[in-house]
Amino acid sequence: MTESPAPPAKRQLRSDQISGLMLAALALYVWWMNRAYPIGTLAEPGPGYVPLLLAIFMGAMGLLVVLGGGKSQPLAAMEWSEAKRAVALLVACGVAAYALERLGYRITMAALLIFFLGVMERRKPMMVAGVGIGFSVVTYYLFATLLRVPLPVSPWGV
Amino acid sequence: MLETFNSLLLGFSVALQPQILMYAFIGCLIGTLVGMLPGVGPLAGISMLLPATFGLNPIVAIVLLSGVYYGAMYGGSTTSILIRLPGEAASVMTCIDGYAMTQQGRAGPALAIAAIGSFVAGTLGVLGLMLLAPTLATFALRFGPPEYTALLLMGLLVLAYMTGGSIPKTLAMAGFGLMLGMIGIDAMSGYTRFSFEVIELADGIGIVPVAVGLFGISEILLTASQHSLKLPKNPSLRELMPSRTELKQSIGPIARGSAVGFLIGIIPGSAHIISSFISYGIERRISKTPERFGNGAIEGVAGPESANNAAATGAFIPMMALGIPTSPVTAVMIAAIMVHGIAPGPMLIAQQPELFWGFVASMYVGNVVLLILNLPMVGLFVSLLRIPYAYLYPCILAFCILGCYSVSNSVVDVWIMLAMGGVGYVLRKFGFDLAPVALGLVLAPMLELSLRQSLAMSAGSYAIFIERPIAVVMLGLGALMLLISLKPLLFKSQKKDWRSTVGLDEPS
Repeated sequence: MTESPAPPAKRQLRSDQISGLMLAALALYVWWMNRAYPIGTLAEPGPGYVPLLLAIFMGAMGLLVVLGGGKSQPLAAMEWSEAKRAVALLVACGVAAYALERLGYRITMAALLIFFLGVMERRKPMMVAGVGIGFSVVTYYLFATLLRVPLPVSPWGV
Repeated sequence: MLETFNSLLLGFSVALQPQILMYAFIGCLIGTLVGMLPGVGPLAGISMLLPATFGLNPIVAIVLLSGVYYGAMYGGSTTSILIRLPGEAASVMTCIDGYAMTQQGRAGPALAIAAIGSFVAGTLGVLGLMLLAPTLATFALRFGPPEYTALLLMGLLVLAYMTGGSIPKTLAMAGFGLMLGMIGIDAMSGYTRFSFEVIELADGIGIVPVAVGLFGISEILLTASQHSLKLPKNPSLRELMPSRTELKQSIGPIARGSAVGFLIGIIPGSAHIISSFISYGIERRISKTPERFGNGAIEGVAGPESANNAAATGAFIPMMALGIPTSPVTAVMIAAIMVHGIAPGPMLIAQQPELFWGFVASMYVGNVVLLILNLPMVGLFVSLLRIPYAYLYPCILAFCILGCYSVSNSVVDVWIMLAMGGVGYVLRKFGFDLAPVALGLVLAPMLELSLRQSLAMSAGSYAIFIERPIAVVMLGLGALMLLISLKPLLFKSQKKDWRSTVGLDEPS
């Protein structure tokens, strides 16, 4: 009995092909942005000279990554199980960065830690409050009071 | 020689002051803790501590930060050996045999040999620093812009060669770092480039937010969903003593690791990471019983641990003698002394002997502090790992925000850190090495300035780089490395090159 021939493998995008294309796109973007700066001459290179060289270099490397990426991992096989959590962490830190100079260091950090521990990690409320408030107060004392690193204070003086 | 000895005496008169001793101790302690915590490597640890050093005198600042650096080198090995969790990348190779020894109930000797190897390598490294740095500084006075350009390019090419992964990917990351370094005011023309009308970006992007984002934040994004760790029994002091056979087996690997690590440390790149990989490979290769490697060979702990500590010391040579940071860590340290108006470079040793020799002597002291600190306190350090990761990572994230904000009291730095964290996360998912990004960023202003000055000197002729002997030798070496690296790409040979045989390919 002969085995039936395997179905032809579907052409799948590979991780290195995508990342190489992203690098090439970034190089194109830098080249586009760099038009605003004079390239100068070889004897007197201007502010746009080295960025142009770098854009060409990065574009070339991006294309090499694409060309050599045929055997890399298929894009569909990449594991992104922690991505949602990673995005949530980044967004929460972004909100904290926005609030830092508006609400002050202590309130912002306490709120950030309470969010992480209470909402994302679902820890016991007493521990959440203790760690959140304790961390912000202790680090403020350590850095702002003892080491004299200026940290933002809220309009209410906290 | 007598002059060196007298200078060293001057150094010890500085380093043995109670205040300096105290800061060396604090640095080593913080460093050990930093090295043990996953997600906070030496770079993130030093970056976070940087603002706290602004109010200190420059000698104290550099002693504190270097204590953190080599403390972290040791701290990373403790978690590697006990729980197979490398606190920082240089300890990855220690995991293999160190953890196997723990499973066989030999955690004590593994920890002791790691500490002894680190101590010996660190001390030998300081000897090398003491002898080589002043000589190199004198030699560097002959360097002009073409030599600096060649040196920096050679560093980037050597890094691409040493990383052992995909060369185009590594070089692309170096290019990405160099591009980030183009942001801000151009020193020669005064043009503000790629600043998107954000005033803070006119000063350029700092190494601290980029480093903390790429290495600290991205690590947390990748590992935040993991839970608590299973810890072994803490070894008692008596259990720490290695047997006579184990000590005998470790002498060679410690000596070879120290030499290899020190030499690699001088070259720009992630020296301490690469050196531990190479040392492990050498030990496995020259062993009469290579089958023991991976199953608890003490040489697999002694070699890499010695190598990464020697490399950490070697990296200070170009930093002190040439003013060139060979790694992101030394870049942050340069920032720490520049805040005090001191410019590292060939004239530093002559103009600031107290700083240089005090720093050298403090490294001897720091090595002794680490040895005394680490062995008896290993149980205490391990207890820290009992804190559930769910509590640990939010605090690390908060520290990252605090550290980045306080460098220049700017929220823009925090935004940059978060953006770099996201970029680093994606790049790591796609298998890119991030060290060249940080190194490229650090070297970019120097490379651009020296390249443009060289071209101006030669009326636009690139021939200047082959007309000057020092420059042509350095460029030749870099080109040779690049050609060797490209060989597997051009000729599809089945034979593996030496980098994969010594373990420079991705560790399992």
